This record gives sequence, C-alpha cells and structure tokens, in this order.
Amino acid sequence: MQPDIFRMRRRQALLFFALLATLTYGAILITEYDTVKGLVAIPQAAIWAASNFVPDQEAFARLPRIIDKLVETILMAIASSTVASALGLVVALLGATTTRPHPWVSLPARGLASVFRNLDVSAWALILLFSFGQSAYTGFLALFFVTFGFIVRVMMETIDEVSTDSVEALRTTGAGYLAIISQSVVPACLPQLISWVLFMIETNIRSATLVGILTGTGIGFLFDLYFKSFNYSSASLVVLVIVIAVLLIEAVSNAIRRAVL
Amino acid sequence: MEAVEQVRRIRIRPLSRVNLIIQATLIGLALLTLYSFTRFDSRGIDLGEATRDMVASFRLLLLEPRLKNVTALEMVRQLFVTVGLGFLTTVFGAVIAFFLGLLAAQNLAPRRVTHIIKGGTAFIRAVPTVLWVLFFAVSAGLGSVAAVLGMTFHSAGYLIKAYSESFEEIEPGVLEALRASGASWWQTVFQAVVPASATALLSWTFVRFEINFSTAIAMGATAGAGGIGFDMFMASAFYLDLRELGAFTYAILAFAIALEWAATRLKTALGPQRH
Repeated sequence: MQPDIFRMRRRQALLFFALLATLTYGAILITEYDTVKGLVAIPQAAIWAASNFVPDQEAFARLPRIIDKLVETILMAIASSTVASALGLVVALLGATTTRPHPWVSLPARGLASVFRNLDVSAWALILLFSFGQSAYTGFLALFFVTFGFIVRVMMETIDEVSTDSVEALRTTGAGYLAIISQSVVPACLPQLISWVLFMIETNIRSATLVGILTGTGIGFLFDLYFKSFNYSSASLVVLVIVIAVLLIEAVSNAIRRAVL
Repeated sequence: MEAVEQVRRIRIRPLSRVNLIIQATLIGLALLTLYSFTRFDSRGIDLGEATRDMVASFRLLLLEPRLKNVTALEMVRQLFVTVGLGFLTTVFGAVIAFFLGLLAAQNLAPRRVTHIIKGGTAFIRAVPTVLWVLFFAVSAGLGSVAAVLGMTFHSAGYLIKAYSESFEEIEPGVLEALRASGASWWQTVFQAVVPASATALLSWTFVRFEINFSTAIAMGATAGAGGIGFDMFMASAFYLDLRELGAFTYAILAFAIALEWAATRLKTALGPQRH
C-alpha cells in the first residue's frame, strides 16, 4: 500500500508548527516578555504619538542642526561603505576560488571576513570605544568592519559565479594574473559590487544612527539627547528627517541599480 | 598605415550608458568619501596612537578573555535571552508579514491595497530599529516589551516586502486555473501560493533571524533590552574590562558563525527548488 502523502505532509506541518509554538513559548519565558502588556502598548503608543510625537514650531527651529547631524551620519555611512567595499573587493579576489593566487590565501581571507561580519556593529563600537573614544573614528571603523566582512562574502560568491569561464579562457591565452583580474573579473563584477555598496549604504545609515547613540555622534546622538530630555517633538522631527533621507537614498540607489544591472 | 591607425582606435569597452553610470557612481562615491574625511570629527584623537592602542586592545580581547562580573552560566543564559529576543521577533514578524504580505502581492490583492501596504512598510523600514524600540519604550517602559515590539515592527516591514515579492513570482497560470475552477481566495492561497513559495519564505525568515539576533545584541546595548548586549555594554562603558568583553565576543561569534553555517546549509538544501 502506498503511504498517504497528504496525511504525511499534514503530520509534518503539524510537527513543524508544534515545534515552533514550543520554541516561541520558551522564548517568551526566557525574555520575560509580557504578551498582554505588549498588545496594550501598541494602541497606547499610537495615542501618545498622535498628541506628543509631532514636530512643533520649536522643533523646526532646530532643523538646521538636525540636518547638519544627518549629513554627518549619511557621509559616515557612505565613506565607510565605500572604503570597506574597495578593500573588500581586493580581499574577495584573494579568497574566491577562481581568482585566489594560492589555495592557502583563501582560508585566512574567509576567516577574517567571517569574524568581521558576525560581530554586530554595536559590539564593534563597544570594543573600539576603548581606543578611539567618542570620536567619529569609532563609528567609522565599526561600520567599516561589518561592511568589509559582508562585501568579502558576497563578492567571493559573485566572482565565482560571474567569471569562472572568462578566467579560464584568458588563462589559456596566456594572460597574466593582473591582466585577468583587471580586464575580466573586475569589469564583470562591478555592477554587482555597486549594487551591494548601495545596499550597504542604506543599511549603514540605520546602523550609524544606532552607533551614534553609543558613541555620542551624528543623528543618533541628537535623537537620544532630545528623547532623554523628554523633548519628543524635536525627536519626532529627527525621525521624520531620517525617514525622508533613507527613502530618497533608496530611490536613487534603485534608479542606479535598474540602470546598471 | 592609416587603416592600422584606425584599427587601433577601436574602443574595446564602448562608453555605453551603463558604463557611464557605473563610472559616475564610482566617482561620486569616491568624492563623497573624500569630502566626508575632511569633515571628520576626530575630537583630538591621535590616529597613530589610537591605532596602536587598538591593536593592543584586540590582543587583550582575543588572547586573554575571562569572565569577572558574571559567571559562565549567567553569560550563556544572557546569550539565550538575546537569541530568544531574536527568535520571538522573527516569529511575530513572520506571522504578521504572512497575512500582510498576501495583501501586498499584486497578483493577490487589489492594486490600491498593495500600494498602501507597500508604502507603509517602506516607512517602517526606513526608521532604524533602535528608534522604534525607544519609541515603544515611552508607553511600555524600557525592557523586553518595548524591544519585542520595536524589533517586530521592523522585522514585519522587512518580511512583508520579501514575502510579497516571493508571492508575486508565482506563475499567473496556476492562479488563473484555480480561480477558473471556482476556488475561493483562501483556497488559492493555501493550495497554490503557500506550497509554491514555502521554501522562499523559509529562507527569507532565516535571513531575518540572523539579522534579529544581531539587532537583539544592539538593543541590549542601547535600548535596555537586556541579554548579552547589555552585559557587553556594562563591560565596555562601566567596568572598562576588555578581557570580559573578549569572553562575550567569543560567545557571540560562536553563535553567529554557527547560525551563518546553518543558513548556508539551508540555502543549499532548498537551493534547487528556488527560482
């Protein structure tokens, strides 16, 4: 007799959801999450926001300072993403299977990238605070490390995907290593690289806001300052300005991505 | 002679629109980077000295980790609080995103509804998670409730986009056939949409779990969410203890690398079925 495939599938689904429910219950217990309080808090927050979390005249007077800090944060996100991607591409070339100069170089390149990307930005910031204090270097390096690790990983995948055939073709013509890299691999990978850089810039603006709270820099610091002094209308303007900036940058990078890919 | 000259002048890589945009983007990014370095707020830090200091810190961090203010058992417990936070917000986010994702998919819902939901989620995603958490902290107080709500919001925003795009990849013929046979909307969803996109949904959800684990660390450090992130914050800002920070670093790295390994395995296992 053939096993009933529908019954089997239903039993598997049931088992999957039972496991999920158990784990969720366990997570609620260990994090001490109060489900009722959570559900009540959402409408409460909405009502509170409607009357208090709105920019007023006083907040708009602070707009120049907010914009200035926002520009600082965006520039930091762009600079760290760009520098990390440039260096990441080099290390990815050393680590990717098709382009590595020697198999032994690959492992340390992969390991380094793995350590860099698997520690969260906030953790990097907490470590770097010891040496760089509350300067812009702390945030820059924290974003740089994580972006670097991420770019190395995705570019290694891209290089192996895009250029295996062309590298083989060029190698049979006797082209040198640097010629192969600069004439075939890099041009083939550039559109993908640009797409990832833009993605990292979008992500890093949000991460830079977070790191700013820890290091006292940029727009994150400004939000924290207003928020902790109960100046909620100014804090809401900060949020609004961030949203507009992120959406604008997303629109620009989507346009570039559409043209390039 | 003239013919040779002409042959030489042929452009190997023509200056097409695509190449132009690539070059313009690269130059633009380079200029913005240089400009940002001129405005760098260094606050009197000597870069050379600080870099040497950083190397010394890394040595201490990586080679001499030890615990002092918390026990090993407590550290593991705090790590699991962070994992639990990431898990909980992923599950909540996924459940919300499943239903709203259906309503945001253009092949399943009226255009006006999809536009409203997609616009709303774009707004939610644009706000950094930490600001969502702090926002909810006003009415719920700093702690796990605010952290779960804030992180769930952002996760749902992310997953609605990912899910709805997976739903939109379903072949229109399948939906048309079901509709023609008189299947209701929910029947189409559960007989065609869910089976066809299940693997994609699973892999997006796992990606988000990885993100949420990282975010949970950050929320512990910045928004009072507890867990290992808070311990790291205390070790860094309060006890100034690099060795203890090193122990936490190893704990986080071990879990995160294991998670990444599992994600890669999952991706290859599901790989052939994904479009």
